[in-house]
Amino acid sequence: MAIKSHVQTTINGETVEFLCESRQSLLEVLRDELHLTGAKEGCNNGNCGACSVILDGRLVNSCLVLGVETEGKSVETIEGLAAPDKLHPIQDAFLENAALQCGICTPGFIMSTKALLDSNPNPTEHEIRYWLAGNLCRCTGYDKIVRAVQDAAKASA
Amino acid sequence: MSEKKEYKVIGTRPIRHDGVDKVTGRALYGADFQIAGLLHGRVLRSPHAHARIVSIDTSRAEAYPGVKGIVTAQDLPDPADKVADLGEGAVNLKYLCDNILARDKVLYKGHAVAAVAATSPHIAEEACTLIDVAYEVLPPVLEVRQAMEPDAPLLHENLKTTSLGETADEPSNVASHLQYKKGAPEKGFAEADVVIEREFVTGTVHQGYIEPHNATALYNPDGHLTIWCSTQGAFTVREQVAEILQYPISKIKVVPMEIGGGFGGKISVYIKPVAALLAMKTGKPVKVLMNRTDVFEGTGPTPASYIRVKMGATKAGKVTAAEAYLAFEAGAYPGSPVGPGAMCIFAPYNIENVLIDGYDVVVNKPKTAPYRAPGATNAAFGSETILDELAERLEIDPLEIRLMNGAKEGDRRADGPIYPRIGYIETVEAAKQHPHYAAPNGKKHHGRGVASGFWFNIGLESSVTINVNVDGTINLVEGSTDIGGTRASIAMQAAEVLGIPAESVNPSVVDTNSVGYTAVTGGSRTTYATGYAAYEAAQDVKRQMIARAAKLWEVDEANVQFADGEFSCINGKEEQISFRDLCARLGETGGPVVGSGTVNPGGAGGAFATHVVDVEVDEETGKVEILRYTATQDAGKAIHPSYVEGQIQGGVVQGIGWALNEEYIYDAEGTMTNASFLDYRMPTCLDLPMIDTVIVEVPNPGHPYGVRGVGEVPIIPPPAAIANAIYDAVGIRMTELPMSPERLLKAIGTI
Amino acid sequence: MQAFEYIAARTVPEAVALLDEKGEKARILAGGTDLIVQVREARRDVDWMIDIKAIPEVNVLAYDAEAGLTLGAAVPCYQIYAEADICDAYPGIIDATKIIGGTAIQGRAGVGGNLCNASPAADCIPPLIVLNATCVIAGPNGERDIPVEAFCTSPGQTALEKGEMLVALKIPAPQNNSSSFYLRFIPRNEMDIAVVGAGASVTLDDAKQTIVSARIALAAVAPTPLFAEEASALLAGRELSDEAIDAAAQAAQAIARPISDMRGTAEQRTHLVGVLTRRALNGAIQRVLDA
Repeated sequence: MAIKSHVQTTINGETVEFLCESRQSLLEVLRDELHLTGAKEGCNNGNCGACSVILDGRLVNSCLVLGVETEGKSVETIEGLAAPDKLHPIQDAFLENAALQCGICTPGFIMSTKALLDSNPNPTEHEIRYWLAGNLCRCTGYDKIVRAVQDAAKASA
Repeated sequence: MSEKKEYKVIGTRPIRHDGVDKVTGRALYGADFQIAGLLHGRVLRSPHAHARIVSIDTSRAEAYPGVKGIVTAQDLPDPADKVADLGEGAVNLKYLCDNILARDKVLYKGHAVAAVAATSPHIAEEACTLIDVAYEVLPPVLEVRQAMEPDAPLLHENLKTTSLGETADEPSNVASHLQYKKGAPEKGFAEADVVIEREFVTGTVHQGYIEPHNATALYNPDGHLTIWCSTQGAFTVREQVAEILQYPISKIKVVPMEIGGGFGGKISVYIKPVAALLAMKTGKPVKVLMNRTDVFEGTGPTPASYIRVKMGATKAGKVTAAEAYLAFEAGAYPGSPVGPGAMCIFAPYNIENVLIDGYDVVVNKPKTAPYRAPGATNAAFGSETILDELAERLEIDPLEIRLMNGAKEGDRRADGPIYPRIGYIETVEAAKQHPHYAAPNGKKHHGRGVASGFWFNIGLESSVTINVNVDGTINLVEGSTDIGGTRASIAMQAAEVLGIPAESVNPSVVDTNSVGYTAVTGGSRTTYATGYAAYEAAQDVKRQMIARAAKLWEVDEANVQFADGEFSCINGKEEQISFRDLCARLGETGGPVVGSGTVNPGGAGGAFATHVVDVEVDEETGKVEILRYTATQDAGKAIHPSYVEGQIQGGVVQGIGWALNEEYIYDAEGTMTNASFLDYRMPTCLDLPMIDTVIVEVPNPGHPYGVRGVGEVPIIPPPAAIANAIYDAVGIRMTELPMSPERLLKAIGTI
Repeated sequence: MQAFEYIAARTVPEAVALLDEKGEKARILAGGTDLIVQVREARRDVDWMIDIKAIPEVNVLAYDAEAGLTLGAAVPCYQIYAEADICDAYPGIIDATKIIGGTAIQGRAGVGGNLCNASPAADCIPPLIVLNATCVIAGPNGERDIPVEAFCTSPGQTALEKGEMLVALKIPAPQNNSSSFYLRFIPRNEMDIAVVGAGASVTLDDAKQTIVSARIALAAVAPTPLFAEEASALLAGRELSDEAIDAAAQAAQAIARPISDMRGTAEQRTHLVGVLTRRALNGAIQRVLDA
């Protein structure tokens, strides 16, 4: 049995401790150890973006980060986005624009969008499409997602 | 029914009921399911495309620390040659079982051979490498025309061709041959001034849903088996698992979790019976997950095909005859969608003389599964390209030739049915009138193409119950998995009946013990059929509520009317009460009200679509850029227009992927060399423009609100429309899918 | 995924000592976007992952108009393209860093890791070659420098000896009237591995009419990224013209030894070398002209 390490990190503003094997990705830790199942596994090799989270302020694929690497770091996941009584404007924009169908890619898209708007509050359509190219959606054809991001940018302006 | 009916809820765009759960990460999909004591399962898959299994030795794996149980085909009941009816036609049970865990032979790389349950997914994966399987490797056959050759390697020693009702004597890879004939094709071609015939080849493509297959099973000592999974249909999972395990349906409960896409690919079961076997063997809950490679290699894609199409027309543009030869790869076991392909190929047109032959052929690839309008996209690539060429040769506008030959109410399809009111012509008119079609298109290497498509849509069984709450809201219980907003589109139909807002409906998708039988979310049937059931359940509620009002006012039920959410007395008394206020008085008038609706409607209206696309071709690299896309489609009545648009946009983009880049690439041994999202190239958002949609509404006479299924037909036109646009851009007719840069360079003659 | 031990090294000597001690089954973990996938898919056998991201030297990102650029081996792409002066000085590198994977990959993956992964199709390597980058390597016997074009030896293999690690890349300061460009051909617009990649750097005379010198490098057309030396030499002293560029493109095609695989065929790749070499050269020249 592989040895487990103790890791202390911050997730959505809360200090969290967990034990994990070195081979467990941050995605596995979030889902299997911490039961934060908002980040999804679509490909497990960085090609679909369904597991997108923000690590120390930067968008990453949580399937390509080891759980042990997050010692002392700060992780933002979809579960931390909404206030208790209010959705984040990006979440509202996705709902109002019907920017999801099955919804499996949605947490990844929303986290990716958050990272985009944090760094570029007023992106062009091309900038949106370029930034989100690492997030695959198979249901929507992206049209309504792009519009939702445009609306979220306006709402945050 | 009037075409201009006024609705209060239908046609509006409320926030979907499951929306907040899905944007906050709280919605629980199949893989998200957790339960105490959970073991993790992993499937060992064949490294060979075609081999006889000589022996399987699991002893080393069993001894590996953390391993709790291993299963192989020996743990499945012997299926013999039983035929099971699973609601989608008869299925040979041996084929079904052998596809779950191979018994004698493996028939494709990725074919499941054994499975391990262990204390962690990593241990289960490691243990799989310790299972020793001895194979006698056989030559694979990987392409439909090669598989049809008399000396091709045989996949099944007992498979004999069924051709138009007759079964052949000798075994073959050709499972069946079907034919549809109308009129006198030879005579029709003789009347034609122009006849065009071409061959087409399409690649194997996958549905590409983002969520891999998953299943968690729990077996109790009393024999009750529970399966949590994402599926397009909990009841069909129950049926398939019952047949495969030879287990009573009454002891199986399937709990549908949220589903991350299906497109037809999550109807057949793969790992659900395996999880059940592992749970039975270990006595613990077992979760089995596929990874992305498993999904590509071990689940049904939609077939590659070889198609020949011949069409003839008079100088005036009248299509006088059409012929098609369709050979579809079924994958490892019979059952390709060549039938629907054959029925759809010329369906948008009223052609007097038609001959269609279809062949279902097994090859050493995964058994194919439905994918959005299964068979029709392959077929339309051929027919819609030929029609474009006829229009060009006859110097007729490509939309005009479609209007001239377009099918209308009363016309008969080649496979028999006579159309009720349909909206094909309206979709062509809408495309013609769209500013896109009038926009200039003269730049070098830019081209415009159009194409149409038809899909039947289906009805099938659905059940809904409605529980009325004292505060005037209702709880709607349904069995249709919500893949794309159907909680909303179903709830809205009940809300319309009861005159309440969509937000006053709480829809729940529940397990197989908690709702009446409901067929799969597939065939573009859910908003139509489960919506119909919701309509009926709401009518039932309305009838009961009228009785309550009558009781309250001490009048005859016939004297109570219900309109705009208000009950009123129409004879004598000046009484009025809102739906909401009456709900508060259910206790005193007889207790709770529960309405139910069950349907198996036969009136699913066919859907038609016509698309216009502009492309730019880079002649130096062969790359095609989609510049503009407009899709018109007859939705009958759009219940929630945003999600209808979404279905159209999503279907179009899957069609674009199919057209340009998506395909299974095999090496000579039958290994798929691009079994990842890196190299199986589905469109990203940077590959696309916005997708314009035009919803045409020609109400379906077979639904109270006129609904037609919308999900499938939009995938059909894109490959042909793009091929026609490429021709317009560079003068080359592309006849092979995908029209990848390399194929385009070759066709242009650059390489 | 096989079990392995994770060790976060604090200093270069510590990492070198660990590499030396553990041998072949130890790998450096920087961005991890290749390594983690390779181990997960059992394409690399690794018992120790040595995380270097806490080592100061591998995180250096320092540009000086005289001294040039020092790019630590673990600096992720996004940090590089966030620096305006680096974007101005080395646009060819920036072209590559902006197309490696998607945004989330660029949050972790870096130029150093892209080089050490030694993929024939690596997007960062052609621009490094055309910009005369040098690899700073630390090992049990101290530091040594080698040119980037000598770093990759075969697919997935590098010139690193036992116990050695890449610490940084050094890129000379750009000359006057020079620029660089990288592009690749992929069937989609993002998220693919290069079917062919081409990088070019050019230095023009003050009149911006004659090519003083040029360098061309190619990806995905041989077991390692290639420096197209002859093609580059053909351009020195030539006046700007389509003929000069065509000649260089043809010379570049002549050294391509591509294979056919699921990403492209050999003949397609050979053809694309010509197209992309022209486009890369024209792109770099245009940048000088626009400057």
